[in-house]
Amino acid sequence: MIESIAFYTFSAILIISALRVISASNPVHAVLFLVLAFFNGTALFVMLGAELIAMLLAIVYVGAVAVLFLFVVMMLDINFSAMRDKVKAHLPVGLVVAGVLIAEIYLILASWGTSSLAAENLANPVPTDESITNSHALGMIIYTDYALLFQLAGLILFLAMIGAIVLTHRTRPGVRRQVASDQIKRSVKDTAEVVKVETGKGVS
Amino acid sequence: MTAITLEHYLVLATIVFAIGVFGIFMNRRNIIVILMSVELLLLAITINLVAFSVHLGDLAGQVFAMLILTVAAAEAAIGLSILVIYFRNRGSIAVDDINMMKG
Repeated sequence: MIESIAFYTFSAILIISALRVISASNPVHAVLFLVLAFFNGTALFVMLGAELIAMLLAIVYVGAVAVLFLFVVMMLDINFSAMRDKVKAHLPVGLVVAGVLIAEIYLILASWGTSSLAAENLANPVPTDESITNSHALGMIIYTDYALLFQLAGLILFLAMIGAIVLTHRTRPGVRRQVASDQIKRSVKDTAEVVKVETGKGVS
Repeated sequence: MTAITLEHYLVLATIVFAIGVFGIFMNRRNIIVILMSVELLLLAITINLVAFSVHLGDLAGQVFAMLILTVAAAEAAIGLSILVIYFRNRGSIAVDDINMMKG
């Protein structure tokens, strides 16, 4: 009973905030509703018993991605009201596509069944060992069975970091910056000259 | 009320996914909201994967959910940096105006 109430509350708030994300006229509000949607997704994952994914969602999405969106929305001086004048023209297409999508997935949901392979898996579920938490169990397989995938995920994040830095980095004209390689390449010959000065004549 | 089953989570994920697709079509000119809609799509997929993972008692689904989180973070970072340099060059982010490469 309490589980049902919690599920319907969280999913209702999730759906409403998702609708507000795509319909809010102020993009800052849209980002804040996105944060609300992610928090409710976190709560649903906790209900499912997937605590590690829930905490990752809260930390990575809410803590990093949503804040990144917020920074970009607030830093760029964009006239958002001018972008909404064509919303009405795109509304029917969007409704049709979303309706077809829901209808198709409903057809799948109405007729799907577990395969014979999964039926055996379901009949003999993994024994829920209370002494092992979700994070512990995930940690035991991430670093062994899925070590390659884990490394590739790290590589993807590394490439994304390099890409974001390379894309947004710019050299402004008229700003004197320290260039270490230029300083190291500099030699005495380029800058100073030793001149024999004849007595009484000076240097011309 | 009946107990919460796998189907409840699948229906919820379907609705959120449809909202994300609808958001992409509705906000064709505003690329920031399009990026946020993509995040909603990925959230729906994550819900699906985790629900099936718990239902089948197989932790592999949660490992894939972590990979989706990774890709979503990378996608948001790259997308937003492309957005920033586009705004720096053109002074607007209207998607309709992106036609410099049409040849």
